[in-house]
Amino acid sequence: MTRFQKKLWIGLLIMALLTPLGVLLPEKFKAEEAWGEWGAEKLEKLLGYVPEGLKKLTDFWKAPIPDYNFGGEGASMTLQAISYIASGLLGIGVCAFVVFMVSRFMAKHGK
Amino acid sequence: MHIPDGYLGPQTYLPLYGVSIGFWAIAQKKLKKQLSLKHVPYLAMAAAFSFLIMMFNIPIPGGTTGHAVGAGIIAILLGPWTAVLAVSVVLIIQALLFGDGGITAVGANCFNMAVVMPFVSYWIFKLIKGKTAGRPRLAVAAFLAGDLGLVVAALITAVEFGIQPLIATGVNGRPLYAPYPLSIAVPAMVLEHVFPFGIVEGFVTMLLLKYFLKHEPDLVYAVLDPSTNK
Repeated sequence: MTRFQKKLWIGLLIMALLTPLGVLLPEKFKAEEAWGEWGAEKLEKLLGYVPEGLKKLTDFWKAPIPDYNFGGEGASMTLQAISYIASGLLGIGVCAFVVFMVSRFMAKHGK
Repeated sequence: MHIPDGYLGPQTYLPLYGVSIGFWAIAQKKLKKQLSLKHVPYLAMAAAFSFLIMMFNIPIPGGTTGHAVGAGIIAILLGPWTAVLAVSVVLIIQALLFGDGGITAVGANCFNMAVVMPFVSYWIFKLIKGKTAGRPRLAVAAFLAGDLGLVVAALITAVEFGIQPLIATGVNGRPLYAPYPLSIAVPAMVLEHVFPFGIVEGFVTMLLLKYFLKHEPDLVYAVLDPSTNK
């Protein structure tokens, strides 16, 4: 790894440690999910009903760490902040590994 | 901008899977031809960067949040086809592990954020940059590339949401999937991405380009000699 690449990785790790801002700031300003990403419960409140097709598909997949949060819906802010850092580190590890392997394979067969 | 499961009907998510798979196939062909080994570590970092920046949810009035994506700067630094690969992997992992974006919507989300966004950003950057390489002009080009790339991606996402009530309604006339029509979805999504999210994306794109031009100028795909730049 070159010195420049090391520097970039350090920058990424610092970013990962700062990710709790992504839950703390929205919490502070009482902002929730992005537009159009509401769960079925919230939609019921907004519309008075849950669209039929949406209801069928909404639980199509059970992600192991929903919303980057290990603590479930009632988790404290501290736990959410810690979950965010852990998810950030896990996420960059997995993404970097997969992209590294895929592109390594393609580059090898190129030039 | 991560569309969850249930917001798009099969008439929309299936064709968008097809489109994204088409782009992945072309990306694979292009990268096999042009990707050099020295870029591989940067691709991995690009994916990590995009994953992280999407975790920085920015609250806005009205009780919603949004975030930058990073696809524009990846396209400028490493090329648009590289961005297709890196950001697609990120979106798939976000959906599988963290439930951010639906599984049925992976094709749509990849099309919006990993295809539309990097290409729009890349074209805008090249267009504004022109043949000159003056630093102020590159900065403006990078800012607008990031900004408008995100805004156009948001517009396309809003159109996908907004056409759902036109395509599929139940027996009682209620929409089956995303409930809001184009007249609500488009202004809601586009305005918040014009301000503030696009501005954030623009600054991130501009500052990172500046950093790379200073420290590793030979890496920057979009400002290399056009003859090596297919």
